[in-house]
Amino acid sequence: MDWIEKQRNIIDFTMSSLVRRKGKNVALIVVYTLVVFVLASVMFFTHAIKREASLILRDAPEMMVQRLVAGRHELIPVSYINTLKQIKGVQTVRGRLWGYYYDPTNRANYTLVVNEDLHSSSGNVTVGKGVLRNLIGKERGTIPIKAYDGSYLFLKIKGTLSSESELVSSDLILISEEDFRRLFGISEEYVTDLTLGVRNAKELTTIATKIVQLLPDTRPILRDEIIRTYDAVFDWRGGMIIVILFGAVMAFIIFAWDKAAGLSAEEKREIGILKGIGWETSDVLMMKFWEGVAVSLTSFLLGVLLAYVHIFFTSSTLFEPALKGWSVLYPNFRLIPFVNAYQVGTLFFLTVVPYTVATIIPSWRAATIDPDSVMRA
Amino acid sequence: MIELKNIKKVFNAGKPNEFVAIDGINLFIDSQKATVLKGPSGSGKTTLLSILGCMARPTSGRIVLLDREITSLPERFLTEVRRKTFGFIFQQFHLIKGITAIENVMVPAYPSGENYSSLKKRAGDLLGLFNLSDKASSKVEWLSGGEAQRVTIARALINNPSVVIADEPTAHLDTKLSKEFMEIMKELKEEGKTILIASHDPIVHDSDTVDRVIEMRDGRIVSLGIAE
Repeated sequence: MDWIEKQRNIIDFTMSSLVRRKGKNVALIVVYTLVVFVLASVMFFTHAIKREASLILRDAPEMMVQRLVAGRHELIPVSYINTLKQIKGVQTVRGRLWGYYYDPTNRANYTLVVNEDLHSSSGNVTVGKGVLRNLIGKERGTIPIKAYDGSYLFLKIKGTLSSESELVSSDLILISEEDFRRLFGISEEYVTDLTLGVRNAKELTTIATKIVQLLPDTRPILRDEIIRTYDAVFDWRGGMIIVILFGAVMAFIIFAWDKAAGLSAEEKREIGILKGIGWETSDVLMMKFWEGVAVSLTSFLLGVLLAYVHIFFTSSTLFEPALKGWSVLYPNFRLIPFVNAYQVGTLFFLTVVPYTVATIIPSWRAATIDPDSVMRA
Repeated sequence: MIELKNIKKVFNAGKPNEFVAIDGINLFIDSQKATVLKGPSGSGKTTLLSILGCMARPTSGRIVLLDREITSLPERFLTEVRRKTFGFIFQQFHLIKGITAIENVMVPAYPSGENYSSLKKRAGDLLGLFNLSDKASSKVEWLSGGEAQRVTIARALINNPSVVIADEPTAHLDTKLSKEFMEIMKELKEEGKTILIASHDPIVHDSDTVDRVIEMRDGRIVSLGIAE
């Protein structure tokens, strides 16, 4: 009980010390919080977006086949389906129809995908939440889409997509095959690309080689390759931000060191008094420890909280251009909150531990002031 | 009560600026008496007071406190001895600015682990003894010189020490306040406390509270006299 009371008394005194030097400590907390905020933002974003990507691709086919003409993605003939079915090991081959539509009114790109469930539902669409946000008050209304020949199709919104990943569904419009072909003027002999299912996943590479030999104008894409590309892209982006901000992190460590090492005359005097009136070195160190805990935990929690709000509620406003990249992703979507113990632990290790290490030696030096120094001051 | 045996204190030993502050002092301090160390600046009064109060260790020699050899005690135990045995009144008061008078009185007892409420009550009672109840919640920088010193005395007494040590306590006080200070010391002595004061103020060593005046010069005791 004595130990608890002692800690309580020392914490009480520490808090009053922090308040007495509020200018210096508030400045430290602001800088510290900013560093945690930046690191946490980058980390939350990259983890959340990689998770979104894995969710998108979880149900994706193992292989896609596209047709290339002059190095560009072109429509692929439906007749290729039968050719591919003849390859040993190929289980299923399906044609997909999808494309992009630019909505000039809202200055947004939508992704149109043919949904087989809407076969018999020509004139109806199901839309993602991002599309819906652009059509406030029109949830059960009609969405006008301009066709390739300049005419307009007025499609009824029959429902919205609720998905665990908004990245996959935000800009999505599910449309019937009939409407899709009419919008883009695509004849029934063509589809956008093909998806393949195979009996044995280990044979994917062999099958891909056979496809290229059989249909030289095609390009097989494996799901694992896409996942690796996403991981690489966002790891690279996150890493780039960290490197850019490395200077800021170092500046913070120097600031923390300077703050703790460069104890003001008033602080040194105070420690001298405490030693003189009967505090042990360990008591002063304990006080410095609680001071560090108060500063670092406050900054850590504030930084993490701000980063959480920034990434998951304000759509990463500050780092959007660097982290998302306009050419990679739909520009307006909200990440589904995803934070795990590993991320928080890593952040703690990257921010609280360096601060503690940077301040422990100067604190110890200050705590070992001779008690009789106060007699000579 | 406290016995010093051949105590020597050397600063910057072995360096060109080596300085012998205390040079082979043998001394016995009686309990429940008021003893004054007198001498000019640089005579070693403060250093000797520091050694007597376990704030500084001698370079050589032995210290015996209440029949217990404490010269080579580890810092932790020595601090505990200091906290339980001595109460210090410093020349510059050395109160912690920005906190209240009552908090200043409580600070020395924080590490003892005493319950906060009972500690606050004791600190309040001590301030009451020195007619400072109405100043308990005032920040110390707002107190007058006399009030600040009484807070310092209350702080020195919070751990109920058997020895009160004061270094030049009247240096910043006028004659009236200096006499008041000696009156407080008299009361403490009558309560059974041992008083040790370093001072070259005649008001202190001429006071009838004082039992003994030890005169120092150049780190040595030149007179072990008893005040009349």
